[in-house]
Amino acid sequence: MAATNLEIWQTGTIVSIEELSPTIRYIEISQSNPAKADVGSHIDLMIDVNGVAVRRSYSVVTQSADQATVSIAVLKTRNSRGGSEAMHQLKVGDELDITQPIQNFPLRFGAQHYLLVAGGIGITALLGMARALKAARASYELVYVARTRKQAVFAAELATEHGDRFRLHIDDEDSPLSIGNLVAQQNDATELYMCGPIRLMDEVRRSWVSQEFDITNLRYETFGASGWFEPQAFTVKIQDQNLSLEVGRNATLLDALESAGVEVMADCRKGECGLCELKVKSVQGEIDHRDVFYSEAQKIEGHKIATCVSRVFSSQAAPEITLSID
Amino acid sequence: MPAKNLGSTTTKVTNFPLNAWYVAAWDFEVTRNPMARTICNKPLALYRTEAGKPVALADACWHRLAPLSMGKAVGPDGIQCPYHGIIFNAAGRCVSMPAQETINPSATVPSYPTVQRYRFVWVWLGDPSKADPDLIPDMSQMDDPNWTGDGRVISADCNYQLIVDNLMDLTHEEFVHGSSIGQAELSESDFVTSHTDNTVRVARWMLDINPPPFWKKNIRDLYPDFDGKVDRWQIINFFAPSTVCIDVGVAKAGTGAPEGDRSQGVNGYVMNTITPETDRTSHYFWSFQRNYRLESQSITTQLRDGVTRVFGEDEVMLRAQQQAIDANPDYEFYNLNIDAGGMWVRRILERALEQEGRSLSTSPPRNLG
Repeated sequence: MAATNLEIWQTGTIVSIEELSPTIRYIEISQSNPAKADVGSHIDLMIDVNGVAVRRSYSVVTQSADQATVSIAVLKTRNSRGGSEAMHQLKVGDELDITQPIQNFPLRFGAQHYLLVAGGIGITALLGMARALKAARASYELVYVARTRKQAVFAAELATEHGDRFRLHIDDEDSPLSIGNLVAQQNDATELYMCGPIRLMDEVRRSWVSQEFDITNLRYETFGASGWFEPQAFTVKIQDQNLSLEVGRNATLLDALESAGVEVMADCRKGECGLCELKVKSVQGEIDHRDVFYSEAQKIEGHKIATCVSRVFSSQAAPEITLSID
Repeated sequence: MPAKNLGSTTTKVTNFPLNAWYVAAWDFEVTRNPMARTICNKPLALYRTEAGKPVALADACWHRLAPLSMGKAVGPDGIQCPYHGIIFNAAGRCVSMPAQETINPSATVPSYPTVQRYRFVWVWLGDPSKADPDLIPDMSQMDDPNWTGDGRVISADCNYQLIVDNLMDLTHEEFVHGSSIGQAELSESDFVTSHTDNTVRVARWMLDINPPPFWKKNIRDLYPDFDGKVDRWQIINFFAPSTVCIDVGVAKAGTGAPEGDRSQGVNGYVMNTITPETDRTSHYFWSFQRNYRLESQSITTQLRDGVTRVFGEDEVMLRAQQQAIDANPDYEFYNLNIDAGGMWVRRILERALEQEGRSLSTSPPRNLG
């Protein structure tokens, strides 16, 4: 496939905005240097959060036929790193730096069966795949899990498009979705593509592993935007340095360190590469590991933290973490 | 469709459709030991799974772009990068990242659909959802038990379409291949051109002529005492984008070959399929198949070596032609009546490229100041 992960920056201009719900907006952006968005691709963009340009990733939901524009959907959430609120301030005509579509989540054709599992706004990464699989007359199912009916903004259009291949699950209306059963109905010929909150993806992964299915047939994309706990502000201290920083609810640990002039190596900023890791000396509360870099055993050990996405949570005392830089 | 002045008339360095099957290698070339081959400007690593399925991956590791073709096949379908040991499976998905406990979810290399058919490994570099194996051109004479033969792959220093042009107009045989298959009757005889949406046929019959040396030898392999005039045919069958199967042969003159009775003759099929390597180089796969004296390995080898010499003459001409094209950017091609077959091919290619949103002509060479 013509997968590319080349990062080519261009100017994006907001050409239309549609509020799909009080918290989800659909933003169409024209590309100054148009490039094709294959299914599964995303754009990175720079958005100003309290005076600091931060980089965020959004799946391309659709692209205009002439490839001139790409559309993304942005959920405004407290449970985020601060980009989504800024994205909800944008107006038609605003310009921002965006990449051409980047492909890190390619759909492979030729599997006997596909199961697409989307949680909430994660549907944006899978809409195009479902469309492509339908066009290719592949065998597929699309499962869309949303917290409330209001948040399932794409449900009506997906039901029309995919008929009985589409299944909607609303958390606050339906009985709990059994991921275990869903996965157990699959076999070695299924490729599962998922995008959604880390809790959902972790449950799918555990079920997949317990069924002993080929782990490479479990495909997922995470932009490091969700955790096990609601984000809280917390304190970070650096061992042997007289440094104590507050990490705001909408900032990342890495953001806070960099703002304070602490130089940390980092690259993907979505919990995948592991370059931004620091050693944990002590923690008050518990670490909310939001990365996919560490194994489960490493996360339980808690000796290291991926500072770009992971946080500290405490239900009692003020959450605090002490890291060492050597 | 209304008449349109198509750019195909003057394109000298033709672009290639990507939504197409191209031969990447002879079947025997692809083994458990990975190999490198560039197809349509894309470097590929080719190898086989333990079960024997051919695999084509982008020849650059996801991590630091080291060529996977320098690595080794591991496990049932994997290939290990020779630099840091990262392993990808046949789908291009990372299955092992030695220096960490998890696998980065982005770690993939492009994997291209492959099919093994007609003694070749075919690869599809375009939109994988369109990679229908039924689109592979019919080259069934390659492995039909009623036919036998052998061939080679030529590394040709020219754009692929120049080779297709060469095969679509065989009047050049008189001048390029005068000592083997050429004769004046080629240019003198009339030909009939026909076409569909993705095929072109050029048929030429030369009746009651003296066989040129190559065909005299061939008909005597079947009829050792034969010494007379023949009816000779060349029926050129093009399948988009770049396969040309030429039905060739001679029969004793007047025994009914033009009417369909070839029983008093010898029939060959020149199987050609040309794969763009770069804009200006090609992998030219060919084989000469025959349907007589199937038991004779000696004839198979003689024919293969004979055609190798004939095509060697084409290689020299095609290289010189490409050099002249690049050295004379201000001059255009002119087209003659004999170019009809090649011109239909160009029109088919232009439509295929238009559907992919790509232009018929490639950019000019970068090395010219």
